[in-house]
Amino acid sequence: MIRHLLSSSDLTREQATTILDTAEEMARLTEGRSVKKLPTLRGRTVVNLFFEDSTRTRTSFELAAKRLSADVINFSAKGSSVSKGESLKDTALTLAAMGADAVVVRHSASGAPYRLADSGWIDANVLNAGDGTHEHPTQALLDAFTMRHHLGDLDGRHIVIVGDVLHGRVARSNVSLLATLGARVTVVAPPTLLPLGVEHWPCEVSYDLDAALPGASAVMMLRVQQERMNAAFFPSAREYSRRYGLDTQRFGRLSDDAIVLHPGPMNRGMEITAEVADSERSVIVEQVTNGVYVRMAVLYLMLAGAGDGTTGQEGAA
Amino acid sequence: MIVLIKGARLLGAEPTDLLLRDGVIAEIGSGLDGTGATVIDAGGLVALPGLVDLHTHLREPGREDAETIASGTRAAALGGFTAVHAMANTDPVADTAGVVEQVWRLGREIGYADVRPVGAVTVGLDGQRLAELGAMADSAAGVRVFSDDGRCVADALLMRRALEYVKAFGGVIAQHAQEPRLTEGAQMNESELSGRLGLRGWPRVAEEAIIARDVMLAAHVGSRLHICHLSTRGSVEIVRLAKQRGLPVTAEVTPHHLLLTEDLVAGYDARYKVNPPLRSADDVAAVREGLADGTIDAVATDHAPHPVEDKECEWDAAAFGMLGLETALSVVQHTMVDTGLLDWAGVADRMSFAPGRIGKCDGGDFAQARPLAAGEPANVVLVDPSASRTVDPAASVSLSRNNPYEGRKLPGSVVATFLRGFPVVENGELTQSSIQKGMR
Ligand SMILES: [Zn+2]
Repeated sequence: MIRHLLSSSDLTREQATTILDTAEEMARLTEGRSVKKLPTLRGRTVVNLFFEDSTRTRTSFELAAKRLSADVINFSAKGSSVSKGESLKDTALTLAAMGADAVVVRHSASGAPYRLADSGWIDANVLNAGDGTHEHPTQALLDAFTMRHHLGDLDGRHIVIVGDVLHGRVARSNVSLLATLGARVTVVAPPTLLPLGVEHWPCEVSYDLDAALPGASAVMMLRVQQERMNAAFFPSAREYSRRYGLDTQRFGRLSDDAIVLHPGPMNRGMEITAEVADSERSVIVEQVTNGVYVRMAVLYLMLAGAGDGTTGQEGAA
Repeated sequence: MIVLIKGARLLGAEPTDLLLRDGVIAEIGSGLDGTGATVIDAGGLVALPGLVDLHTHLREPGREDAETIASGTRAAALGGFTAVHAMANTDPVADTAGVVEQVWRLGREIGYADVRPVGAVTVGLDGQRLAELGAMADSAAGVRVFSDDGRCVADALLMRRALEYVKAFGGVIAQHAQEPRLTEGAQMNESELSGRLGLRGWPRVAEEAIIARDVMLAAHVGSRLHICHLSTRGSVEIVRLAKQRGLPVTAEVTPHHLLLTEDLVAGYDARYKVNPPLRSADDVAAVREGLADGTIDAVATDHAPHPVEDKECEWDAAAFGMLGLETALSVVQHTMVDTGLLDWAGVADRMSFAPGRIGKCDGGDFAQARPLAAGEPANVVLVDPSASRTVDPAASVSLSRNNPYEGRKLPGSVVATFLRGFPVVENGELTQSSIQKGMR
């Protein structure tokens, strides 16, 4: 049903809902089992092509593919990408020769997965695992999955996303996916960390965190890199946390059933205090678990049935 | 060699004959006698003065894998250009009399089009110290245009000094207007689209701020200023205001900024990566208006060849620039003539006379951009405006293939190009160059 997953804005509401429903099925099928493996993708090859380090994302995809019984190849091409050396094209040709059925690609350059998908160098399904400052669609899916688990249908729910929207691929992917799912989204950031034209995004925009919090069902705090300070995006880490950090006091302004998300890795004390990160209503650890289910769902929907004899008798989704 | 061109429409006017003899236009009129001449039936063709490009990257010396003076001037001839200004960002940089003379001499020896080297403003394009501008001006290459193109002369004091200094020999500084701090790591026009694509934005203000500053500097020191490849509505407005005030400011626009818009970036295909970046449809409309009303003096190609591997990669890693010489006239016909914004006389002005004046190559032994009149050098191009073609990058004589018009249908074709009376292009094909036939 899905050829490539490059951007969450490519997903229709039906497709997104199918992925989330399938992920729930994956959770149900594997959670109680001693052997957490489904035979669905036996004989299929999934390549994790990482031009940028991200152990947590790579591990999550690896686990997802292995639980579906796929063969997994980890292909780390760090440092050989934007600098000269082995080019994206050569890498793609190599993977094609290896018979890759799906390529999970992480790259520091925005759009690199598009090049891979559109170039004709390789026939495999391409799954964007984070490209530059563009998108990270499975992160958005796992966030939506987590929210749906706690809040039910997201239609009409108010979700607040706080932090570096300009450089953040997570924010981009989340805004479009949540809007597709019918949620009302507000992004909150200092004006310097919002991209030009954000007023045309399917969300509201605010510079004032305190004003945005009441009525929110979920708050997602984004990582803010301290280096941004040196490029004059904000004056100091302290000023940033004062104005845009989620501390206990602000946390108290949220309704009692509101949840807190963070795609990780966190800067404790910067965008989120330890108390909030470790609180009951923080679902940050759950997000990691859910990441595996969502990625299983996407791989399944991409690969199962698309080739020969891979229809798993487990019949997920 | 004697050539009789029969029935060409001079600058688009009524058909007439041109007799080219000994490198000059011997006669113009109807029913000229073609005894002993090669006769060319130019019925339906428009005769223009040989085009002059103010902004060409020939890549030699240094990147002969992308283009050479030979391949670049062949592309120029096929595009109807009889002179190109070769930008200084070669390796080594054209910042000494030695390098500019070498480039000039190679152009002379190859003989497809005159090569007018542009000298670097600063040593090594580093923006620190002035290069020996006077030595380059006095060299055999007779440099009159100076530019750090590829980089902006960002330091206001250095820019002021450069503007002042070249007055001594009638030079002009051609500024690549790009405020460096506002464009660190910039990848495309800063817009809603750049935000969506996650590509670092190149804001219009980074161009406009430098143009505004340089216009004021030029006014202050009373110098000529030329603006390379302006790309925004705001830039057009600043130059228009400067001209209203009578300031000696000139500007150029590229063919691609007359036609292409930033939407093409959406698929991350690096063929559309160029500096300054493709802008919005509103900017395209503004540069067309500016070119039509004379605010923008010239079309200049910014022909920028790159090898395949520098484009067939991630957007961030790809090189900036696109080919332009072989398609420029077609793009101008498509965007300006066929839209009624400019007639063929206007095209002759924007693509030959004006760039010739700006580059000061309209006089002397190898004068270019001269009127089509008896006694003038026979630099003539014959264009068939009724032709059309689908652009095929593989058909190019450039060594590179970074053609942004691939698959587009463009009007017009260059049928013949005469360099000082010698046909370097005939029937739309290159001939042996003049030097190979022992003609100079
Ligand atoms: Zn330039």
